[in-house]
Amino acid sequence: MIPVLTAIAVVLLGAAAVAMALRNLIHCALWLVLAWSALAAFYLWAGAEFLAFAQVLIYVGAVSMVVLFAVLLTRRLPDVNPAPPPPPAGGGRILAGVAAGVLVAGVVARAGLTSPLPAAGAAPVLTTRRLGVELMGAHAGALVVAGVILTMVLIGAVVLAAPDSGDAPEGDS
Amino acid sequence: MLGTGIIKGLATTAKNFAGSFRDPRRFVTVQYPEEKAPVTEGYRNFPFLVFDAEADPMGTLRCVACRICEKECPPQCIYIVPAVDEKGKPRKHPHVFDLDISVCMSCQICVEVCPFDAIKMDQTFEIAATDRFRGLLLDKHQLARSNAHFQRIHPTEAAEVDARLAEEKRQAEEKARAAAAAKAARPPAAP
Amino acid sequence: MSSTSPVDPLLERAPLLVRDWVSGLFPAPARGLADALLAIAAVILGFGLLFTLLTLVERKALGRMQNRPGPNRTGPFGLLQPIADGIKMLVKEDIVPEAADRPLHFLAPVVLVAFTLVAYAVIPYGRHLLPVDLDAAVLFFFAAGAATELAVFMAGWSSHNKYSLLAAMRALAQLISYELPLLLAVVPVVMLAGTLSTSGIVAAQGRWSFGLVPHWYACTPWGAAGLVIFLIAALAEANRSPFDLPEAESELIAGHLTEYSGFKYALFFMAEYLGMTALCAMAVTLFLGGWQAPCMFLQVVPSYVWFGVKLAAMLGLFIWIRGTLPRLRMDQLMRLAWKFLVPLALLNLGTAAFWRLSAGWEALPAQLLRWALALLLVLGPAAVIGRRLSARVGPRTYRYAAP
Repeated sequence: MIPVLTAIAVVLLGAAAVAMALRNLIHCALWLVLAWSALAAFYLWAGAEFLAFAQVLIYVGAVSMVVLFAVLLTRRLPDVNPAPPPPPAGGGRILAGVAAGVLVAGVVARAGLTSPLPAAGAAPVLTTRRLGVELMGAHAGALVVAGVILTMVLIGAVVLAAPDSGDAPEGDS
Repeated sequence: MLGTGIIKGLATTAKNFAGSFRDPRRFVTVQYPEEKAPVTEGYRNFPFLVFDAEADPMGTLRCVACRICEKECPPQCIYIVPAVDEKGKPRKHPHVFDLDISVCMSCQICVEVCPFDAIKMDQTFEIAATDRFRGLLLDKHQLARSNAHFQRIHPTEAAEVDARLAEEKRQAEEKARAAAAAKAARPPAAP
Repeated sequence: MSSTSPVDPLLERAPLLVRDWVSGLFPAPARGLADALLAIAAVILGFGLLFTLLTLVERKALGRMQNRPGPNRTGPFGLLQPIADGIKMLVKEDIVPEAADRPLHFLAPVVLVAFTLVAYAVIPYGRHLLPVDLDAAVLFFFAAGAATELAVFMAGWSSHNKYSLLAAMRALAQLISYELPLLLAVVPVVMLAGTLSTSGIVAAQGRWSFGLVPHWYACTPWGAAGLVIFLIAALAEANRSPFDLPEAESELIAGHLTEYSGFKYALFFMAEYLGMTALCAMAVTLFLGGWQAPCMFLQVVPSYVWFGVKLAAMLGLFIWIRGTLPRLRMDQLMRLAWKFLVPLALLNLGTAAFWRLSAGWEALPAQLLRWALALLLVLGPAAVIGRRLSARVGPRTYRYAAP
């Protein structure tokens, strides 16, 4: 199990790092897609099937589209302008990176060392049905709020995309 | 109602599909090379030289090497060398008659200007050659076809040509007979 | 109503026996792996063969619908035509534009075919023939389908061709627009079956009234509407006529496939047909009862035969539609998705909920009322919205054409 987790973690973090380091924005987006797929693999390893498939469906299937459309529609074609080269690594940046790494590692280690380990053999088996019941039961409020936010976003997108009232009306409704 | 057009369209294609098994004549496809599409009389492809007697094709070619078609051909695809006898006097048939069908554009001008009905349009289209240059340069032996062939492929035109030629021949014979009769009827010349 | 009688004749278990015999040839620790590999090989070979046959059947059927014979030169009845096509594709030169993004250009067809094949893992082909029994199988299937859309974008972008990119964006817009009706048409099925697993959904349709009338979801009003919506959306997801704008020849040559030649083009082609077959198989599973027989006494015929028959019927329907309907323009396509299919799918969800809640109406007048109400709820909005949308569209009149 641990080698699998290590492999997934290497792919995930490596893809994310490459995504941040590349110049070509489209390549960055596609490496990010690889990172999301590795995250789905992690969910599968952890036994959360539903979450893994939902991750692929939403992130790889939809969010990646949004990112790519946004990149393409706000850049000039055909050569997607590479991001301006980053300033050379100075002492300040290295110090900031090390400090951030130490802070994150400290938080994770503290959480890992102080929280109790789950009892051996008590791994929960979560069926999709149980997940649905929980979502619609105990967490129904959160689901409704998320739905409302998404509806607002959708309406806002439609409003933004609609032609201004001053323009000529479209031919077909 | 929405969707009725689609249903009607689906019914039409279904009828076509089912009907194609019952009645293969529905197919408009001509299964070449087993079947060939019928060719109408007015169809023309490349020219050919007409000869009158099967027994002696080269001798009875109607062409007299007048070279009018060579001069009138727009892409200049005809090359004629008239036959000459030992004294240099032209004999009335072509020594060389080459027609390059890779250049010929089937305009039929050579047919229209020929005074002797010697060159007519053929209908063969299966003349693919493996050599682009020599294979498509036809000489007079390859171009010669009999009058019977002409009558087969262009019946009305051939009938008209034959009638005209027969009429001319008859008039020529009548004139010859009249001239001979006049000559015989004239009193012998005084010494 | 009678429930599934557990018949398990030899024919049903025959594929399992074959698999066990083959994996028995392997040493014990590798048997699980051998089972999995056999399933994979069976799916790839089986559906690959179906793909080749489908291309030929489609061309012949389209020909006959258009009053011509279709391919009949290569082999008797053109049976060797797929082989000829395959050889042609393989020997063609693989041209990659110089400015193209080579790794992406290579990856796009690979990713497309891979995710399309992965979707075949959750479809039950027979009573014991489900490659992977997942709890969230339906979600897995549509997640794999969503991942294929990324490959379309990669294909268009990596070609470094403005027109390929534009066409890829259009194809992508079509794909994501029609994902909504596709998924919304499936939600009532999940709701009524109570499970996301495909084997559960097929089992939930395994009942017959009087042993003769099957309880497939397509035999209910909301199920029929759901099937129609699913099929229209599946046609669009698979880029099939009348939604084949992305790959039409008059549209930017071949859209996002313009710069592909040879085997990569064959892979795209194969991915399209495989995707179409996967969606038809899913439609059969969700709405037509999967491998269930239509009547109780017909269960003597093995379940995979029934699945094959239904799949063939769906594919035949797709081919029939291709031969009949003209292509939709981009704006007509989007209008159909957003203004017609999505509202109808949402209303269908309501109808299915009503159907579920009125499951207790046993008496005959109540049953008739239930059916009448459900049919009204399904057909009414369709007629109303359809009439509204086609209000300004009528038969064309040509002012200057001679009558």
